[in-house]
Amino acid sequence: MNLPFYKFGFFGAETGLVFAFLIGIGFGFFLERAGFGTAKKLAAQFYFTDLTVFKVMFTAIVTAMLGVYFLSSFGFMDFSLINVVDTYIVPQIVGGLILGIGFVIGGYCPGTSVVACATGKIDGVVFFGGVFLGTFIYGEVYPIIQSFANMTYMGKVTLPVFFNIPYGVLVFAVVLMALGGFAGAEWCEKKFGYKKPVEVSNEN
Amino acid sequence: MSTHKSILIKPKPYMNPYLAGIGLGLVLLASYIIMGRGLGASGAVSTVIAVGVNTVSPAHAQGNAFYSEYLGNGSVNPLKDWLIFEVLGVLVGGFVSGIFAGRVNKSIEKGPRISNPKRLFFALLGGALMGFGAKLARGCTSGQALTGGSILNLGSWAFMLCVFGGAYMFAYFMRKEWL
Repeated sequence: MNLPFYKFGFFGAETGLVFAFLIGIGFGFFLERAGFGTAKKLAAQFYFTDLTVFKVMFTAIVTAMLGVYFLSSFGFMDFSLINVVDTYIVPQIVGGLILGIGFVIGGYCPGTSVVACATGKIDGVVFFGGVFLGTFIYGEVYPIIQSFANMTYMGKVTLPVFFNIPYGVLVFAVVLMALGGFAGAEWCEKKFGYKKPVEVSNEN
Repeated sequence: MSTHKSILIKPKPYMNPYLAGIGLGLVLLASYIIMGRGLGASGAVSTVIAVGVNTVSPAHAQGNAFYSEYLGNGSVNPLKDWLIFEVLGVLVGGFVSGIFAGRVNKSIEKGPRISNPKRLFFALLGGALMGFGAKLARGCTSGQALTGGSILNLGSWAFMLCVFGGAYMFAYFMRKEWL
């Protein structure tokens, strides 16, 4: 089998847009199912009361990681054809910190705010408007911060390549780390989680 | 704000987080299998902003390396962008899931100790920080943490640790908004 289909020319860019829409439907569906359409549930992650964000995110990462790993090691998928975003380590660290602070202030991330918009959350609509504002500000100041934004360029580099550890070993390590994290998350929720009656009392 | 009509159906409980995670992971895997790329969100906003600026002032947009990157070479309409179509799908998928679970209702999500205008101000501020930060980081929680995380991209993992680190460090100052 020659995967990914698009990279082997099974269909063109226009058809790709149809798949984009369909994949987006799946993405939005599971984000909403998980409870990511409400900022209260997302922000609770940072107060140790509800660790759904961590659990969903790492289950998804592990699922996709194992899929890509096995498809490539059995020769069904050409890993070198998969888009890997270039690493610019310092701007990405700074950007990550800004994003984290924005997450706990705003209560969403760009993707989950789209789901919040779809389910009528006014704060989600305002947040998504904020993402436009922030992107516009970035564009306007880009000439000034350009050299910072492009510093410490490292190209396409994955953890196995960087640490010189076999791909499979790293995959296994991430699975173990995730399982440990899930156990920790369950323990945290028992210790700091909401008392059940409070949650149900929201009747109007 | 507290009166909304669609609450005739009691909202259904959320899906088990591990099952939802497997579902999300399979969608991401499907994206790799079909397209050879992962998911995203903030990139769609960048294209829309670049096209918007280009409509108002073409000289300004084309003289700026950030905007011009999203405008392409003029051979295709920049709005025919993979991420824009994907985000439109997210809107539909989120709505479909929400409507069947009785969770589509006009509301402002916040803790009990903060007023609506303050919450909306923080939503705008947080969104703007995210928009800005996502550009520096070359992606947001979807494009970097989730997508890059699953293919073990070095920059994505550094980014992901910093997102959680930044949020936990700052959470104390925002507790009145949520708790």
